[in-house]
Amino acid sequence: MFPSRIWREMPQRYRLEASICKKCGKRFYPPRLICDQCGFRKFESYNLPEEGKLQTFTVIRIPASQFSDQSPYAIGIVKFDDSLQLMAQIVDCDVDKLKIGQKVRLEFRRIQTDKSHGVLSYAYKLVPKWY
Amino acid sequence: MRDVAVVGIGIMKWGELWEKSFRDIFTEAALNAMDDAGVDKIDSLIVGCMTGGLFVGQEHVGAIMADYIGQRHIPAAHVESACASGGLAFRQAFIEVASGISDVVMAGGVEKMTDISGDGATYALAAAADQEYEVFHGVTFPGLYAMMARVYMKKYKVTRRQLSAVPYKSHLNGSKNPYAQYPFPIKLEDVENGVKVADPLHILDCSPITDGAAACILTTVESAKKMKKPYIRITGSAMATDTIALHQRESLTTLKSTELAGKRGLKMAGRKISEIDLVEVHDCFSIAEIIVTESLGFFKPGQGATAAASGATALDGKIPVNTSGGLKSKGHPVGATGIGQVVEVVKQLRGEAENGRQIKSNPKVGMTQNMGGSGASAVVHILEVA
Repeated sequence: MFPSRIWREMPQRYRLEASICKKCGKRFYPPRLICDQCGFRKFESYNLPEEGKLQTFTVIRIPASQFSDQSPYAIGIVKFDDSLQLMAQIVDCDVDKLKIGQKVRLEFRRIQTDKSHGVLSYAYKLVPKWY
Repeated sequence: MRDVAVVGIGIMKWGELWEKSFRDIFTEAALNAMDDAGVDKIDSLIVGCMTGGLFVGQEHVGAIMADYIGQRHIPAAHVESACASGGLAFRQAFIEVASGISDVVMAGGVEKMTDISGDGATYALAAAADQEYEVFHGVTFPGLYAMMARVYMKKYKVTRRQLSAVPYKSHLNGSKNPYAQYPFPIKLEDVENGVKVADPLHILDCSPITDGAAACILTTVESAKKMKKPYIRITGSAMATDTIALHQRESLTTLKSTELAGKRGLKMAGRKISEIDLVEVHDCFSIAEIIVTESLGFFKPGQGATAAASGATALDGKIPVNTSGGLKSKGHPVGATGIGQVVEVVKQLRGEAENGRQIKSNPKVGMTQNMGGSGASAVVHILEVA
């Protein structure tokens, strides 16, 4: 993982910025340069919603090596009220108790450490709301 | 556009081929195809390979393979569309012959996946997903299909046993295929008792890591007639794409790229789905075969899951699916898979499938469906007896 790759994604990963098409209002995460619905090329940024619902998930038991110290871990797709969806790990939970439809909130977390360059990378993970 | 036919097919035994190199396996399959067609010279070569760079550190695959198959100086190119690279190579070769640019073209596919560690293979395969917004978070390929499986099973109330019927059927067919990596039957319980990879998928729900290659020789129908050898016409060729990231799809229980490629391929061939006599589909995971057969229109949504268990997709079923053993039993050398599918359908249409896996009902129209990533690319071909 090269530092430039992390730096250029800071708005969406560190500040959780998504974008809205100025013409049709469709929302995008990550931000795009052209709207896939209307073809317009101007956007406004907005912060991702804090809470959503799990659409699906899995428990990874045979991971890539940079995630081996976390295995087994859950990863899933969250849908926000505005229909935007993203994929992230689901943490701070018993993975066997997860269900589709579970309410989750986005939290800023460390994602992985690049062993050869020593770069730490951060973004978001999902934490279930049991109450 | 000129009418195009397959006049030669070549494959080799797929598996963990540590004693053979990347170039050796391709050459073996390519020479088999040339011998089958009875040609010693080709005008052009298209090679499907997903990532020779990550698996064996070798790119520039078109030139190296043209040289090693004894065809130095011809035009040769390498095409990539993840696990659909082979299907794409076949399509590009078809386009080249149909357009009149070349008369005799080889479409090949190759992947050497066991020269690196399991972790290295996981990394290379994950390059077909969205690196920055899926793989970055720790998802693997089985993980992506597992997420589809979980939604599908909940939506259609599908049981674990129904999922297991798919690899059970594939291994039964593959046990008769002398070129298969795992040519042996398995029990339904073996699937459920296997190591969990990504819930709800176990190890026998997943296609293996494979070394393998396959090749076809394409020419015009007019030239094929002059060669006085059996030939199979290519009547439909189509491709479609979708979002690379699973979380950006409209639905997780259908594959839009497969649905569109299927419709476009059938339209080009002037056929209906009910006229297809057999199909080789991209069953990289058990759930993939189920969703693909529904997306192509063989079954209604939710009914693909019971197809294997009911015998509808067996050798003598309503629509035989993966008579070769599929990716599950035959193996999945990612860049070669799409060409391997064509080899099987051509064999079936010629009536030459080995060891009792020849379909008895004398098939005339076959289909292949090859898919890249978690379904971001799909290539469909329709092949017919002349």
